[in-house]
Amino acid sequence: MNAALGIFLALFLLVTGLGFWANRWRPGDLSLLSEWGLGGRRFGSVVTWFLLGGDLYTAYTFIAVPALVFGQGALGFFALPYTIVMYPIMFLIMPKLWTVARERGYVTAADFVEQRFDCRMLGLLVAVTGILATMPYIALQLIGIQVVLGALHLEGTGVWSDAPLIIAFVILAAYTYTGGLRAPALIAVVKDALIYTTVLTAVVVIPAHLGGWAAIFAQVPAAKLTFPAPPPHSSGILSGYATLALGSALALLMYPHTVTGVLGAKSADVVRKNAVFLPAYSFVLGLLALLGYLAYAAHLNTLPQFRSGFAHYGPSYAVPALFMRFLPPWFVGVAFAAIVIGALVPAAIMSVAAANLFTRNIYKAFLHPGVSEAGETRTAKLASLFVKFGALIFVLGVPEKYAIMLQLLGGIWIIQTFPSIVVGLYTRWPHRYALIVGWLAGMIAGTAMAASTSFKSVIYPLTIAGYTVPAYAAIYAVLVNLAVIVVATWILKALRVGAGRDGTLDVQMRSI
Amino acid sequence: MSLVSRWVYVLLAIPFFGTLWVPLYDHVQPTLFGFPFFYWYQLAWVPVSVTLTAIVYLVQRSSAPNDLKGPA
Repeated sequence: MNAALGIFLALFLLVTGLGFWANRWRPGDLSLLSEWGLGGRRFGSVVTWFLLGGDLYTAYTFIAVPALVFGQGALGFFALPYTIVMYPIMFLIMPKLWTVARERGYVTAADFVEQRFDCRMLGLLVAVTGILATMPYIALQLIGIQVVLGALHLEGTGVWSDAPLIIAFVILAAYTYTGGLRAPALIAVVKDALIYTTVLTAVVVIPAHLGGWAAIFAQVPAAKLTFPAPPPHSSGILSGYATLALGSALALLMYPHTVTGVLGAKSADVVRKNAVFLPAYSFVLGLLALLGYLAYAAHLNTLPQFRSGFAHYGPSYAVPALFMRFLPPWFVGVAFAAIVIGALVPAAIMSVAAANLFTRNIYKAFLHPGVSEAGETRTAKLASLFVKFGALIFVLGVPEKYAIMLQLLGGIWIIQTFPSIVVGLYTRWPHRYALIVGWLAGMIAGTAMAASTSFKSVIYPLTIAGYTVPAYAAIYAVLVNLAVIVVATWILKALRVGAGRDGTLDVQMRSI
Repeated sequence: MSLVSRWVYVLLAIPFFGTLWVPLYDHVQPTLFGFPFFYWYQLAWVPVSVTLTAIVYLVQRSSAPNDLKGPA
Protein backbone atom coordinates (compact mmCIF):
# COMPACT_ATOMS: atom_id res chain seq x y z
CA MET A 1 0.00 0.00 0.00
CA ASN A 2 3.01 2.33 0.41
CA ALA A 3 3.32 2.88 -3.33
CA ALA A 4 -0.35 3.85 -3.43
CA LEU A 5 0.08 6.25 -0.54
CA GLY A 6 3.20 7.83 -2.08
CA ILE A 7 1.56 8.47 -5.46
CA PHE A 8 -1.58 9.70 -3.74
CA LEU A 9 0.31 12.22 -1.60
CA ALA A 10 2.43 13.40 -4.55
CA LEU A 11 -0.68 14.13 -6.64
CA PHE A 12 -2.34 15.85 -3.69
CA LEU A 13 0.72 18.09 -3.29
CA LEU A 14 0.66 18.89 -7.03
CA VAL A 15 -2.93 20.15 -6.94
CA THR A 16 -2.27 22.05 -3.71
CA GLY A 17 0.53 23.90 -5.50
CA LEU A 18 -1.76 24.60 -8.45
CA GLY A 19 -4.49 25.83 -6.11
CA PHE A 20 -2.26 28.40 -4.44
CA TRP A 21 -0.78 29.51 -7.76
CA ALA A 22 -4.27 30.02 -9.25
CA ASN A 23 -4.65 33.65 -8.12
CA ARG A 24 -1.75 34.53 -10.42
CA TRP A 25 -3.27 32.71 -13.40
CA ARG A 26 -4.85 35.13 -15.91
CA PRO A 27 -4.46 37.91 -13.34
CA GLY A 28 -7.42 40.16 -12.71
CA ASP A 29 -8.56 42.56 -10.02
CA LEU A 30 -9.38 40.01 -7.35
CA SER A 31 -11.15 42.63 -5.26
CA LEU A 32 -14.11 42.40 -7.70
CA LEU A 33 -16.71 39.72 -7.02
CA SER A 34 -16.95 38.81 -10.72
CA GLU A 35 -13.18 38.19 -10.68
CA TRP A 36 -13.04 36.14 -7.48
CA GLY A 37 -16.43 34.46 -7.83
CA LEU A 38 -16.63 33.96 -11.62
CA GLY A 39 -12.98 33.97 -12.68
CA GLY A 40 -13.58 37.29 -14.45
CA ARG A 41 -16.01 35.62 -16.93
CA ARG A 42 -13.00 34.87 -19.07
CA PHE A 43 -12.90 31.07 -19.36
CA GLY A 44 -12.81 29.82 -22.94
CA SER A 45 -14.34 26.62 -24.32
CA VAL A 46 -11.63 24.24 -23.12
CA VAL A 47 -11.24 25.57 -19.57
CA THR A 48 -15.04 25.74 -19.20
CA TRP A 49 -15.29 22.15 -20.38
CA PHE A 50 -12.87 21.03 -17.67
CA LEU A 51 -14.46 23.29 -15.07
CA LEU A 52 -18.04 22.16 -15.71
CA GLY A 53 -16.97 18.55 -16.16
CA GLY A 54 -15.09 18.69 -12.87
CA ASP A 55 -18.06 20.42 -11.30
CA LEU A 56 -21.00 18.30 -12.45
CA TYR A 57 -19.41 14.87 -12.22
CA THR A 58 -18.41 14.88 -8.57
CA ALA A 59 -16.42 12.40 -6.50
CA TYR A 60 -19.60 11.44 -4.75
CA THR A 61 -20.95 10.43 -8.16
CA PHE A 62 -17.90 8.23 -8.74
CA ILE A 63 -18.54 6.46 -5.45
CA ALA A 64 -22.33 6.54 -5.24
CA VAL A 65 -23.40 5.63 -8.78
CA PRO A 66 -21.41 2.35 -8.93
CA ALA A 67 -22.48 1.71 -5.32
CA LEU A 68 -26.13 2.00 -6.39
CA VAL A 69 -25.56 -0.35 -9.35
CA PHE A 70 -23.70 -2.74 -7.03
CA GLY A 71 -26.55 -2.70 -4.52
CA GLN A 72 -29.67 -2.30 -6.66
CA GLY A 73 -28.70 -3.01 -10.27
CA ALA A 74 -30.34 -1.32 -13.26
CA LEU A 75 -31.86 1.55 -11.25
CA GLY A 76 -28.37 2.96 -10.62
CA PHE A 77 -27.90 3.38 -14.36
CA PHE A 78 -30.36 6.32 -14.31
CA ALA A 79 -27.25 8.49 -14.05
CA LEU A 80 -26.71 7.94 -17.77
CA PRO A 81 -30.06 9.15 -19.23
CA TYR A 82 -29.90 11.88 -16.56
CA THR A 83 -26.66 13.26 -17.95
CA ILE A 84 -27.82 12.79 -21.55
CA VAL A 85 -31.06 14.78 -21.37
CA MET A 86 -29.43 17.54 -19.32
CA TYR A 87 -27.45 18.99 -22.22
CA PRO A 88 -30.21 19.77 -24.73
CA ILE A 89 -31.86 21.77 -21.93
CA MET A 90 -28.57 23.43 -21.07
CA PHE A 91 -28.11 24.31 -24.75
CA LEU A 92 -31.45 26.14 -24.75
CA ILE A 93 -31.49 27.98 -21.43
CA MET A 94 -27.93 28.64 -20.31
CA PRO A 95 -26.79 30.92 -23.17
CA LYS A 96 -29.78 33.13 -22.36
CA LEU A 97 -28.90 33.25 -18.67
CA TRP A 98 -25.25 33.93 -19.52
CA THR A 99 -26.20 36.80 -21.85
CA VAL A 100 -28.45 38.61 -19.40
CA ALA A 101 -25.98 38.05 -16.55
CA ARG A 102 -23.11 39.44 -18.59
CA GLU A 103 -25.03 42.52 -19.72
CA ARG A 104 -26.33 43.36 -16.27
CA GLY A 105 -23.37 42.18 -14.18
CA TYR A 106 -25.28 39.41 -12.41
CA VAL A 107 -23.17 36.93 -10.44
CA THR A 108 -25.95 34.54 -9.39
CA ALA A 109 -29.24 33.22 -10.78
CA ALA A 110 -30.97 34.89 -7.83
CA ASP A 111 -29.60 38.27 -9.06
CA PHE A 112 -31.46 37.67 -12.31
CA VAL A 113 -34.71 36.59 -10.63
CA GLU A 114 -34.64 39.55 -8.25
CA GLN A 115 -34.20 42.07 -11.08
CA ARG A 116 -36.45 40.37 -13.60
CA PHE A 117 -39.42 40.24 -11.24
CA ASP A 118 -38.50 43.32 -9.19
CA CYS A 119 -38.72 41.30 -5.98
CA ARG A 120 -35.93 41.04 -3.39
CA MET A 121 -37.89 38.42 -1.49
CA LEU A 122 -38.02 36.12 -4.51
CA GLY A 123 -34.27 36.58 -5.00
CA LEU A 124 -33.78 35.72 -1.34
CA LEU A 125 -35.83 32.53 -1.64
CA VAL A 126 -33.87 31.41 -4.70
CA ALA A 127 -30.61 32.14 -2.87
CA VAL A 128 -31.63 30.38 0.35
CA THR A 129 -32.84 27.34 -1.61
CA GLY A 130 -29.51 27.25 -3.43
CA ILE A 131 -27.47 27.45 -0.23
CA LEU A 132 -29.65 24.84 1.54
CA ALA A 133 -29.30 22.41 -1.36
CA THR A 134 -25.57 23.01 -1.73
CA MET A 135 -24.49 22.45 1.88
CA PRO A 136 -25.31 18.72 2.03
CA TYR A 137 -23.83 18.33 -1.46
CA ILE A 138 -20.50 19.65 -0.14
CA ALA A 139 -20.87 17.32 2.85
CA LEU A 140 -21.22 14.36 0.48
CA GLN A 141 -17.98 15.30 -1.24
CA LEU A 142 -16.33 15.02 2.17
CA ILE A 143 -17.86 11.60 2.65
CA GLY A 144 -16.33 10.58 -0.70
CA ILE A 145 -12.93 11.71 0.61
CA GLN A 146 -13.49 9.84 3.89
CA VAL A 147 -14.12 6.53 2.11
CA VAL A 148 -10.85 6.83 0.17
CA LEU A 149 -8.82 7.94 3.18
CA GLY A 150 -10.27 4.99 5.07
CA ALA A 151 -9.27 2.60 2.28
CA LEU A 152 -5.73 4.04 2.37
CA HIS A 153 -5.72 3.60 6.17
CA LEU A 154 -5.03 7.30 6.40
CA GLU A 155 -6.81 7.70 9.67
CA GLY A 156 -5.45 9.15 12.86
CA THR A 157 -6.25 7.54 16.20
CA GLY A 158 -8.50 8.80 18.97
CA VAL A 159 -9.22 12.52 18.78
CA TRP A 160 -6.96 12.69 15.70
CA SER A 161 -9.06 10.20 13.75
CA ASP A 162 -10.38 12.84 11.37
CA ALA A 163 -7.13 14.81 11.12
CA PRO A 164 -6.32 13.87 7.46
CA LEU A 165 -9.78 14.93 6.29
CA ILE A 166 -9.54 18.19 8.21
CA ILE A 167 -6.06 18.94 6.83
CA ALA A 168 -7.22 18.30 3.25
CA PHE A 169 -10.17 20.58 3.77
CA VAL A 170 -8.25 23.41 5.44
CA ILE A 171 -5.87 23.45 2.47
CA LEU A 172 -8.83 23.53 0.08
CA ALA A 173 -10.45 26.36 2.02
CA ALA A 174 -7.21 28.36 1.94
CA TYR A 175 -6.64 28.27 -1.79
CA THR A 176 -10.30 28.82 -2.61
CA TYR A 177 -10.11 31.88 -0.36
CA THR A 178 -7.17 33.33 -2.27
CA GLY A 179 -7.94 32.15 -5.81
CA GLY A 180 -11.75 31.97 -5.98
CA LEU A 181 -13.14 30.17 -9.03
CA ARG A 182 -9.71 30.17 -10.68
CA ALA A 183 -8.46 27.53 -8.22
CA PRO A 184 -10.95 24.75 -9.07
CA ALA A 185 -10.78 25.67 -12.78
CA LEU A 186 -7.07 24.95 -12.79
CA ILE A 187 -7.25 21.83 -10.64
CA ALA A 188 -10.14 20.48 -12.73
CA VAL A 189 -7.71 19.84 -15.59
CA VAL A 190 -5.65 17.49 -13.41
CA LYS A 191 -8.79 15.93 -11.96
CA ASP A 192 -10.25 15.07 -15.33
CA ALA A 193 -6.97 13.70 -16.69
CA LEU A 194 -6.80 11.39 -13.66
CA ILE A 195 -10.46 10.37 -13.85
CA TYR A 196 -10.34 9.52 -17.56
CA THR A 197 -7.14 7.51 -17.06
CA THR A 198 -8.57 5.66 -14.10
CA VAL A 199 -11.96 4.78 -15.56
CA LEU A 200 -10.70 3.77 -18.99
CA THR A 201 -7.99 1.60 -17.40
CA ALA A 202 -10.43 0.04 -14.97
CA VAL A 203 -13.00 -0.93 -17.61
CA VAL A 204 -10.30 -2.56 -19.74
CA VAL A 205 -8.08 -4.22 -17.11
CA ILE A 206 -10.60 -5.43 -14.53
CA PRO A 207 -13.05 -7.27 -16.85
CA ALA A 208 -10.10 -9.28 -18.19
CA HIS A 209 -9.56 -10.63 -14.65
CA LEU A 210 -13.22 -11.59 -14.42
CA GLY A 211 -13.57 -13.41 -17.74
CA GLY A 212 -14.86 -10.54 -19.89
CA TRP A 213 -18.06 -8.49 -19.92
CA ALA A 214 -20.34 -11.33 -20.99
CA ALA A 215 -19.22 -13.43 -18.01
CA ILE A 216 -19.68 -10.48 -15.67
CA PHE A 217 -23.23 -9.71 -16.81
CA ALA A 218 -24.02 -13.45 -16.64
CA GLN A 219 -23.31 -13.37 -12.89
CA VAL A 220 -25.83 -10.61 -12.27
CA PRO A 221 -29.33 -11.94 -11.46
CA ALA A 222 -31.95 -11.17 -14.09
CA ALA A 223 -33.99 -9.18 -11.55
CA LYS A 224 -31.09 -6.73 -11.18
CA LEU A 225 -30.05 -6.54 -14.81
CA THR A 226 -33.31 -5.06 -16.13
CA PHE A 227 -36.59 -3.96 -14.56
CA PRO A 228 -39.42 -6.39 -13.85
CA ALA A 229 -42.65 -5.96 -15.83
CA PRO A 230 -44.87 -3.44 -14.01
CA PRO A 231 -47.56 -4.85 -11.70
CA PRO A 232 -51.21 -4.41 -12.80
CA HIS A 233 -52.57 -0.84 -12.58
CA SER A 234 -49.10 0.64 -12.17
CA SER A 235 -46.27 1.86 -14.34
CA GLY A 236 -43.88 0.20 -11.88
CA ILE A 237 -40.29 1.27 -11.49
CA LEU A 238 -40.09 2.24 -15.18
CA SER A 239 -41.67 5.66 -14.55
CA GLY A 240 -39.51 6.04 -11.46
CA TYR A 241 -36.37 5.54 -13.55
CA ALA A 242 -37.39 7.99 -16.27
CA THR A 243 -38.55 10.74 -13.89
CA LEU A 244 -35.46 10.30 -11.73
CA ALA A 245 -33.35 10.95 -14.83
CA LEU A 246 -35.39 13.95 -16.01
CA GLY A 247 -35.87 15.50 -12.57
CA SER A 248 -32.20 15.12 -11.66
CA ALA A 249 -31.24 16.83 -14.93
CA LEU A 250 -33.56 19.80 -14.29
CA ALA A 251 -32.34 20.00 -10.68
CA LEU A 252 -28.64 19.84 -11.54
CA LEU A 253 -29.00 22.75 -13.96
CA MET A 254 -30.46 24.86 -11.16
CA TYR A 255 -27.74 24.11 -8.59
CA PRO A 256 -25.63 27.19 -7.80
CA HIS A 257 -22.37 25.44 -8.70
CA THR A 258 -23.69 24.74 -12.21
CA VAL A 259 -24.77 28.35 -12.71
CA THR A 260 -21.43 29.61 -11.39
CA GLY A 261 -19.53 27.36 -13.81
CA VAL A 262 -21.67 28.56 -16.71
CA LEU A 263 -21.39 32.26 -15.84
CA GLY A 264 -17.59 31.94 -15.70
CA ALA A 265 -17.55 31.32 -19.48
CA LYS A 266 -16.40 34.17 -21.71
CA SER A 267 -19.27 34.04 -24.21
CA ALA A 268 -22.67 32.49 -24.87
CA ASP A 269 -21.01 30.57 -27.68
CA VAL A 270 -18.65 28.91 -25.17
CA VAL A 271 -21.70 27.78 -23.21
CA ARG A 272 -23.33 26.31 -26.34
CA LYS A 273 -20.16 24.50 -27.39
CA ASN A 274 -19.95 22.99 -23.94
CA ALA A 275 -23.53 21.76 -24.11
CA VAL A 276 -22.42 19.93 -27.25
CA PHE A 277 -19.22 18.41 -25.88
CA LEU A 278 -19.84 17.85 -22.15
CA PRO A 279 -21.63 14.50 -22.73
CA ALA A 280 -18.17 12.98 -23.24
CA TYR A 281 -18.21 12.79 -19.44
CA SER A 282 -21.57 11.03 -19.52
CA PHE A 283 -20.05 8.19 -21.49
CA VAL A 284 -17.35 7.80 -18.85
CA LEU A 285 -20.01 7.97 -16.14
CA GLY A 286 -21.93 5.16 -17.85
CA LEU A 287 -18.81 2.97 -17.89
CA LEU A 288 -18.12 3.91 -14.30
CA ALA A 289 -21.60 2.85 -13.26
CA LEU A 290 -20.81 -0.61 -14.63
CA LEU A 291 -17.92 -0.90 -12.15
CA GLY A 292 -20.72 -1.72 -9.71
CA TYR A 293 -21.32 -4.96 -11.60
CA LEU A 294 -17.59 -5.72 -11.66
CA ALA A 295 -17.58 -5.41 -7.88
CA TYR A 296 -20.64 -7.63 -7.75
CA ALA A 297 -19.19 -10.30 -10.03
CA ALA A 298 -15.95 -10.32 -8.01
CA HIS A 299 -17.90 -10.95 -4.77
CA LEU A 300 -15.79 -8.27 -3.10
CA ASN A 301 -18.00 -7.93 -0.05
CA THR A 302 -17.32 -11.55 0.90
CA LEU A 303 -13.51 -11.26 0.77
CA PRO A 304 -11.95 -11.12 4.26
CA GLN A 305 -9.66 -8.15 3.52
CA PHE A 306 -12.63 -5.94 2.61
CA ARG A 307 -15.11 -7.10 5.22
CA SER A 308 -14.46 -4.28 7.67
CA GLY A 309 -14.51 -1.70 4.86
CA PHE A 310 -17.93 -2.82 3.68
CA ALA A 311 -19.17 -3.01 7.27
CA HIS A 312 -18.09 0.60 7.81
CA TYR A 313 -18.91 2.28 4.48
CA GLY A 314 -21.53 -0.04 2.96
CA PRO A 315 -21.81 -0.29 -0.86
CA SER A 316 -19.78 2.97 -1.13
CA TYR A 317 -16.76 0.78 -0.47
CA ALA A 318 -17.32 -1.20 -3.70
CA VAL A 319 -15.23 1.04 -5.99
CA PRO A 320 -12.22 1.49 -3.66
CA ALA A 321 -12.24 -2.26 -2.95
CA LEU A 322 -12.44 -3.04 -6.67
CA PHE A 323 -9.37 -0.92 -7.39
CA MET A 324 -7.38 -2.43 -4.51
CA ARG A 325 -8.29 -5.97 -5.56
CA PHE A 326 -7.36 -5.75 -9.26
CA LEU A 327 -5.05 -2.79 -9.91
CA PRO A 328 -1.33 -2.48 -9.07
CA PRO A 329 -0.67 -0.45 -5.89
CA TRP A 330 0.86 2.59 -7.66
CA PHE A 331 -2.22 2.81 -9.87
CA VAL A 332 -4.48 2.55 -6.84
CA GLY A 333 -2.71 5.74 -5.71
CA VAL A 334 -3.63 7.42 -9.00
CA ALA A 335 -7.24 6.23 -8.79
CA PHE A 336 -7.70 7.32 -5.18
CA ALA A 337 -6.12 10.69 -5.90
CA ALA A 338 -8.60 11.02 -8.79
CA ILE A 339 -11.51 10.50 -6.40
CA VAL A 340 -10.21 12.88 -3.72
CA ILE A 341 -9.28 15.61 -6.21
CA GLY A 342 -12.63 14.91 -7.85
CA ALA A 343 -14.21 15.87 -4.51
CA LEU A 344 -12.10 18.98 -3.96
CA VAL A 345 -13.01 20.60 -7.31
CA PRO A 346 -16.81 20.57 -6.88
CA ALA A 347 -16.52 21.34 -3.16
CA ALA A 348 -14.54 24.48 -4.05
CA ILE A 349 -16.99 25.57 -6.76
CA MET A 350 -19.98 24.85 -4.54
CA SER A 351 -18.56 26.95 -1.71
CA VAL A 352 -17.78 29.81 -4.12
CA ALA A 353 -21.32 29.57 -5.53
CA ALA A 354 -22.96 29.55 -2.10
CA ALA A 355 -20.73 32.46 -1.05
CA ASN A 356 -21.79 34.46 -4.13
CA LEU A 357 -25.46 33.85 -3.27
CA PHE A 358 -25.00 34.87 0.35
CA THR A 359 -23.11 38.03 -0.59
CA ARG A 360 -25.38 39.23 -3.38
CA ASN A 361 -28.83 38.13 -2.39
CA ILE A 362 -28.72 38.13 1.40
CA TYR A 363 -25.90 40.44 2.56
CA LYS A 364 -26.10 43.11 -0.12
CA ALA A 365 -29.86 42.82 -0.72
CA PHE A 366 -30.92 42.98 2.91
CA LEU A 367 -28.10 43.63 5.37
CA HIS A 368 -25.75 46.14 3.76
CA PRO A 369 -27.16 47.59 0.51
CA GLY A 370 -24.41 50.21 0.18
CA VAL A 371 -21.53 47.74 0.34
CA SER A 372 -18.58 48.54 -1.94
CA GLU A 373 -17.36 46.09 -4.60
CA ALA A 374 -14.30 45.31 -2.52
CA GLY A 375 -16.52 44.79 0.53
CA GLU A 376 -18.67 42.38 -1.47
CA THR A 377 -15.64 40.32 -2.38
CA ARG A 378 -14.34 40.28 1.21
CA THR A 379 -17.74 39.06 2.39
CA ALA A 380 -17.85 36.34 -0.26
CA LYS A 381 -14.37 35.09 0.64
CA LEU A 382 -15.31 34.83 4.30
CA ALA A 383 -18.64 33.22 3.44
CA SER A 384 -16.84 30.55 1.40
CA LEU A 385 -14.89 29.63 4.56
CA PHE A 386 -18.08 29.45 6.64
CA VAL A 387 -19.81 27.27 4.07
CA LYS A 388 -16.92 24.81 3.95
CA PHE A 389 -16.41 24.56 7.66
CA GLY A 390 -20.16 24.25 8.15
CA ALA A 391 -20.11 21.22 5.85
CA LEU A 392 -17.05 19.80 7.64
CA ILE A 393 -18.63 20.11 11.07
CA PHE A 394 -21.78 18.55 9.68
CA VAL A 395 -19.93 15.52 8.33
CA LEU A 396 -17.91 15.03 11.50
CA GLY A 397 -20.83 15.57 13.86
CA VAL A 398 -23.85 14.04 12.16
CA PRO A 399 -24.30 10.44 10.96
CA GLU A 400 -23.66 9.99 7.24
CA LYS A 401 -27.24 8.90 6.51
CA TYR A 402 -28.53 12.39 7.36
CA ALA A 403 -26.17 13.97 4.84
CA ILE A 404 -27.49 11.60 2.16
CA MET A 405 -31.06 12.29 3.21
CA LEU A 406 -30.53 16.04 3.04
CA GLN A 407 -28.85 15.71 -0.34
CA LEU A 408 -31.91 13.83 -1.66
CA LEU A 409 -34.13 16.58 -0.28
CA GLY A 410 -31.76 19.16 -1.80
CA GLY A 411 -32.61 17.93 -5.30
CA ILE A 412 -36.34 18.22 -4.57
CA TRP A 413 -35.84 21.71 -3.16
CA ILE A 414 -33.55 23.18 -5.81
CA ILE A 415 -35.91 22.22 -8.65
CA GLN A 416 -38.47 24.58 -7.07
CA THR A 417 -36.36 27.49 -8.35
CA PHE A 418 -36.82 26.25 -11.93
CA PRO A 419 -40.04 28.27 -12.57
CA SER A 420 -38.52 31.55 -11.36
CA ILE A 421 -35.23 31.12 -13.21
CA VAL A 422 -36.08 29.26 -16.41
CA VAL A 423 -39.65 30.39 -17.01
CA GLY A 424 -38.38 33.85 -16.11
CA LEU A 425 -35.85 33.68 -18.95
CA TYR A 426 -38.69 33.33 -21.47
CA THR A 427 -41.63 35.26 -20.06
CA ARG A 428 -42.61 37.68 -17.36
CA TRP A 429 -46.15 36.33 -17.35
CA PRO A 430 -45.97 34.72 -13.86
CA HIS A 431 -46.67 37.21 -11.09
CA ARG A 432 -43.82 37.73 -8.61
CA TYR A 433 -45.97 36.83 -5.61
CA ALA A 434 -47.36 33.82 -7.46
CA LEU A 435 -43.78 32.58 -7.89
CA ILE A 436 -43.30 32.91 -4.12
CA VAL A 437 -46.51 31.01 -3.32
CA GLY A 438 -45.67 28.36 -5.94
CA TRP A 439 -42.19 27.93 -4.48
CA LEU A 440 -43.66 27.46 -1.02
CA ALA A 441 -46.22 24.92 -2.27
CA GLY A 442 -43.53 22.96 -4.14
CA MET A 443 -41.19 22.91 -1.14
CA ILE A 444 -43.93 21.67 1.18
CA ALA A 445 -45.31 19.11 -1.29
CA GLY A 446 -41.86 17.72 -2.14
CA THR A 447 -40.72 17.51 1.47
CA ALA A 448 -44.00 15.85 2.48
CA MET A 449 -43.65 13.25 -0.29
CA ALA A 450 -40.11 12.43 0.83
CA ALA A 451 -41.27 12.32 4.45
CA SER A 452 -44.00 9.82 3.52
CA THR A 453 -41.23 7.32 2.70
CA SER A 454 -39.42 8.24 5.95
CA PHE A 455 -36.82 10.04 3.76
CA LYS A 456 -35.61 6.67 2.50
CA SER A 457 -36.69 7.08 -1.10
CA VAL A 458 -37.37 9.96 -3.45
CA ILE A 459 -39.75 7.90 -5.57
CA TYR A 460 -43.33 8.75 -4.65
CA PRO A 461 -46.12 6.38 -5.78
CA LEU A 462 -48.95 8.69 -6.80
CA THR A 463 -52.28 6.93 -7.37
CA ILE A 464 -54.90 8.57 -9.57
CA ALA A 465 -58.15 6.76 -10.34
CA GLY A 466 -56.72 3.40 -9.34
CA TYR A 467 -53.58 3.69 -11.48
CA THR A 468 -50.25 4.17 -9.69
CA VAL A 469 -47.39 6.12 -11.19
CA PRO A 470 -44.26 5.96 -9.04
CA ALA A 471 -42.16 9.01 -9.92
CA TYR A 472 -39.38 11.22 -8.60
CA ALA A 473 -40.95 13.49 -5.96
CA ALA A 474 -39.09 16.50 -7.41
CA ILE A 475 -41.12 16.20 -10.62
CA TYR A 476 -44.46 15.97 -8.81
CA ALA A 477 -43.48 18.83 -6.50
CA VAL A 478 -42.45 21.15 -9.34
CA LEU A 479 -45.76 20.36 -11.10
CA VAL A 480 -47.57 21.46 -7.93
CA ASN A 481 -45.38 24.56 -7.94
CA LEU A 482 -46.27 25.39 -11.57
CA ALA A 483 -49.99 24.76 -11.05
CA VAL A 484 -50.07 27.09 -8.06
CA ILE A 485 -48.16 29.74 -10.06
CA VAL A 486 -50.76 29.66 -12.84
CA VAL A 487 -53.76 29.92 -10.50
CA ALA A 488 -52.14 32.55 -8.25
CA THR A 489 -51.09 34.64 -11.26
CA TRP A 490 -54.67 34.69 -12.57
CA ILE A 491 -55.94 35.79 -9.17
CA LEU A 492 -53.24 38.43 -8.59
CA LYS A 493 -53.70 39.86 -12.08
CA ALA A 494 -57.48 39.96 -11.62
CA LEU A 495 -56.91 41.86 -8.37
CA ARG A 496 -54.49 44.17 -10.22
CA VAL A 497 -51.67 43.64 -7.75
CA GLY A 498 -48.57 45.43 -9.05
CA ALA A 499 -46.10 43.24 -10.95
CA GLY A 500 -43.11 45.57 -10.48
CA ARG A 501 -40.70 46.79 -13.09
CA ASP A 502 -38.63 44.45 -15.26
CA GLY A 503 -34.98 45.23 -14.50
CA THR A 504 -33.78 43.35 -17.57
CA LEU A 505 -35.84 45.29 -20.12
CA ASP A 506 -32.94 47.07 -21.77
CA VAL A 507 -31.06 43.82 -22.28
CA GLN A 508 -31.38 42.41 -25.74
CA MET A 509 -31.96 38.71 -25.23
CA ARG A 510 -30.13 38.08 -28.44
CA SER A 511 -29.68 34.38 -28.04
CA ILE A 512 -32.65 32.57 -29.57
CA MET B 1 -34.35 33.41 -38.36
CA SER B 2 -35.10 31.09 -41.26
CA LEU B 3 -37.58 28.24 -41.16
CA VAL B 4 -34.81 25.63 -41.13
CA SER B 5 -32.98 27.21 -38.23
CA ARG B 6 -36.18 27.39 -36.23
CA TRP B 7 -37.24 23.80 -36.88
CA VAL B 8 -33.81 22.39 -36.19
CA TYR B 9 -34.47 22.83 -32.46
CA VAL B 10 -36.90 19.91 -32.67
CA LEU B 11 -33.79 17.69 -32.86
CA LEU B 12 -33.10 18.53 -29.22
CA ALA B 13 -36.30 16.73 -28.18
CA ILE B 14 -35.27 13.40 -29.71
CA PRO B 15 -32.96 12.21 -26.89
CA PHE B 16 -35.83 12.65 -24.42
CA PHE B 17 -37.98 10.12 -26.28
CA GLY B 18 -35.04 7.82 -26.89
CA THR B 19 -33.82 7.64 -23.30
CA LEU B 20 -36.88 8.32 -21.13
CA TRP B 21 -39.31 5.82 -22.71
CA VAL B 22 -37.98 2.92 -20.66
CA PRO B 23 -40.11 0.02 -22.10
CA LEU B 24 -38.25 0.65 -25.37
CA TYR B 25 -35.02 -0.73 -23.95
CA ASP B 26 -35.86 -2.63 -20.77
CA HIS B 27 -34.59 -5.99 -22.03
CA VAL B 28 -31.44 -8.09 -22.23
CA GLN B 29 -31.50 -9.15 -25.91
CA PRO B 30 -29.89 -8.37 -28.29
CA THR B 31 -26.55 -8.19 -26.54
CA LEU B 32 -23.50 -6.43 -27.99
CA PHE B 33 -19.93 -7.37 -26.96
CA GLY B 34 -21.50 -9.08 -23.96
CA PHE B 35 -23.43 -5.96 -22.92
CA PRO B 36 -27.19 -6.46 -22.45
CA PHE B 37 -29.36 -4.21 -24.65
CA PHE B 38 -30.43 -2.06 -21.67
CA TYR B 39 -26.81 -0.91 -21.19
CA TRP B 40 -25.37 -0.58 -24.68
CA TYR B 41 -28.53 1.10 -25.98
CA GLN B 42 -28.30 3.87 -23.39
CA LEU B 43 -24.54 4.24 -23.86
CA ALA B 44 -25.15 4.54 -27.62
CA TRP B 45 -27.40 7.54 -26.97
CA VAL B 46 -24.40 9.58 -25.84
CA PRO B 47 -22.85 9.94 -29.33
CA VAL B 48 -26.33 10.25 -30.89
CA SER B 49 -27.31 13.14 -28.61
CA VAL B 50 -23.92 14.82 -29.13
CA THR B 51 -24.49 14.63 -32.89
CA LEU B 52 -27.99 16.08 -32.63
CA THR B 53 -26.89 18.98 -30.40
CA ALA B 54 -23.91 19.61 -32.68
CA ILE B 55 -26.20 19.88 -35.72
CA VAL B 56 -28.41 22.39 -33.90
CA TYR B 57 -25.33 24.32 -32.84
CA LEU B 58 -23.93 24.52 -36.38
CA VAL B 59 -27.26 25.51 -37.95
CA GLN B 60 -28.02 28.21 -35.38
CA ARG B 61 -24.48 29.59 -35.63
CA SER B 62 -24.60 29.90 -39.40
CA SER B 63 -28.01 31.59 -39.29
CA ALA B 64 -27.46 33.85 -36.28
CA PRO B 65 -26.39 37.47 -36.57
CA ASN B 66 -22.67 38.00 -36.12
CA ASP B 67 -22.93 39.59 -32.69
CA LEU B 68 -24.32 36.32 -31.33
CA LYS B 69 -21.16 34.44 -32.03
CA GLY B 70 -19.27 36.27 -29.32
CA PRO B 71 -15.62 37.23 -29.44
CA ALA B 72 -13.89 35.23 -32.14
